[in-house]
Amino acid sequence: MARRTPFVARLGADVVGLVVLLICLFPVYWMVSRSFLPRNRIKGESPEVVPLHGTLDNYRTVFDDGSFAKALVTSLSVTLLTVVVALLFAFLAAVAVSRFRFRGRWAFIAVLLVIQMIPAEALFISQYKMLDGMGLLNSVIGLTLVYVAAVLPFTVWTLRSFVEGVPRELEEAAMIDGCSRPQAFFQVTFPLLAPGLIATGVFAFIQAWNEFTLAVVAMTDPEKKTLPVWLVAFTDNRSKGVDWGAIMASSTLITIPVIVFFMIVQHRMVTGLTAGAVKG
Amino acid sequence: MPPPAVRRRSLLPLGLVLPASLALGLALGYPLVRQVVLSLQEFGLAQQFGQPPTWIGLGNYRELLGGDDLWPVVRRTVVFCFANAALTFGIGVGLALLMARMSRVVRVATQVGLLLAWAMPVVAAMTVFQFLFDRDYGVVNAALTGLGLDYDGHNWLIEPWSFFMVATIVVVWMSVPFVAFTVHASLTQVPEDVVEAAEIDGAGAWQRFVHVVLPSIRPVLVVVAMLQVIWDLRVFTQIYSLQRAGGTTDETHLLGTYIHALGIKGGDFGMASAAAMFMLALTVVLTAPYIVMMIKQEREH
Repeated sequence: MARRTPFVARLGADVVGLVVLLICLFPVYWMVSRSFLPRNRIKGESPEVVPLHGTLDNYRTVFDDGSFAKALVTSLSVTLLTVVVALLFAFLAAVAVSRFRFRGRWAFIAVLLVIQMIPAEALFISQYKMLDGMGLLNSVIGLTLVYVAAVLPFTVWTLRSFVEGVPRELEEAAMIDGCSRPQAFFQVTFPLLAPGLIATGVFAFIQAWNEFTLAVVAMTDPEKKTLPVWLVAFTDNRSKGVDWGAIMASSTLITIPVIVFFMIVQHRMVTGLTAGAVKG
Repeated sequence: MPPPAVRRRSLLPLGLVLPASLALGLALGYPLVRQVVLSLQEFGLAQQFGQPPTWIGLGNYRELLGGDDLWPVVRRTVVFCFANAALTFGIGVGLALLMARMSRVVRVATQVGLLLAWAMPVVAAMTVFQFLFDRDYGVVNAALTGLGLDYDGHNWLIEPWSFFMVATIVVVWMSVPFVAFTVHASLTQVPEDVVEAAEIDGAGAWQRFVHVVLPSIRPVLVVVAMLQVIWDLRVFTQIYSLQRAGGTTDETHLLGTYIHALGIKGGDFGMASAAAMFMLALTVVLTAPYIVMMIKQEREH
């Protein structure tokens, strides 16, 4: 709708836009700027809006406290394992659903759609009991298992639209040239799917990295917390007085990878609406 | 495009969906069955000392639905859900409409800001907003005090209504970008020539909006509105972390935190499972239109 907008209307829209920009940026700005301030400069009355001469002390505090590093390792393990397993399983399923017609295809699609809508809170009690029974509470494998199931519906869904985007004619042409069907698929179609696999993998990464609900249920041992669970506990630890500088530093650290990945896939977040949308 | 029948009898496609099906069956299917069983069992004091749970039929459901605890939580959950969904939807759609009228620079800047808010991990956003609204160190209290109001040392989390106001601010802050971007994208798909034709035929701005623009973006609006309701029904992280930061839990539970408190904290897996089944049923009822629509779309596809 590239319509000519009257000057006054545009001015009004611009003012609203700038206000929205400010509201969006302020919490992010506050988080990052306070993360560089020493404790005595983060005070209640007359806060420094534009602080100069910051310090890296808060980041030092976070890294010196060994629990952050432990949580980082747990988070990275669970997240990467989830991405790899989910991508593999979802890729196979997406190929089946988009390239074959088989009994149960419909049931599979319908189940994915329904599962997508089930809130984690409606199943985490019995997932907890199950992991407990299997000896998989506080284990990377256990949390990965529930994460893989949680991200599968949308990974299958997204990958499917990518597989369908590659014309079958390309594969058929390769088969006429003497390729077998698997050869045609892996030499022609698969390379064209790389962007789809990357985008889907990034979605899965963000989901697993940010996930809180299942992690707080499945990882009760303080030594086995993921970063989000660690952060909530760290914020909560008021015995030493709240160290907001360190809390903002760790929040910043947790946010950085997500922002980077988010920028990579942002245009797909919008087009992926009907492909089972993603929410952090 | 229905996929052409490739080797109709082949086992290959079944083999391809097998790993995904097994994972879903193990991590979601089995717990679902298990939860039905759990919800029919009693987990009392004896069970905490190692006795196996006893069967009590629908006892948990009777206690849950007949008791005084569940309904206030359900009412709060539904009100919170619809209030947040409506606010998010209204602000998001309004913003999308305004975006089309902004000058290029402002529009791009606004979109970058929205993208940042959208990308923020929920726990990080929670911590930052807790900090902003903190009693002693919060910039909100500082700003309000600076304006001459008596907000020095004001605790935002102690009263349920202001607790939920803070929760709403975070939820809306994080959710508006999705609505704004999606609706904005659909607005750019509105056929320009049809809008122009309407203008030539003498339709005013409002008429063009109601009769041309609105009908073509309606499907997207419906999906976005339904997704907001679905998502805001399951708000957990925000409430959980605000409760830990000092809210009174009894008056601030939503369904998710209520089930968590009953089961994981309280150890009453029977009652918690019954409550979870209730939440599942509520979700199914509220999402049925969305699922039906998606399946219909799939059939046409």
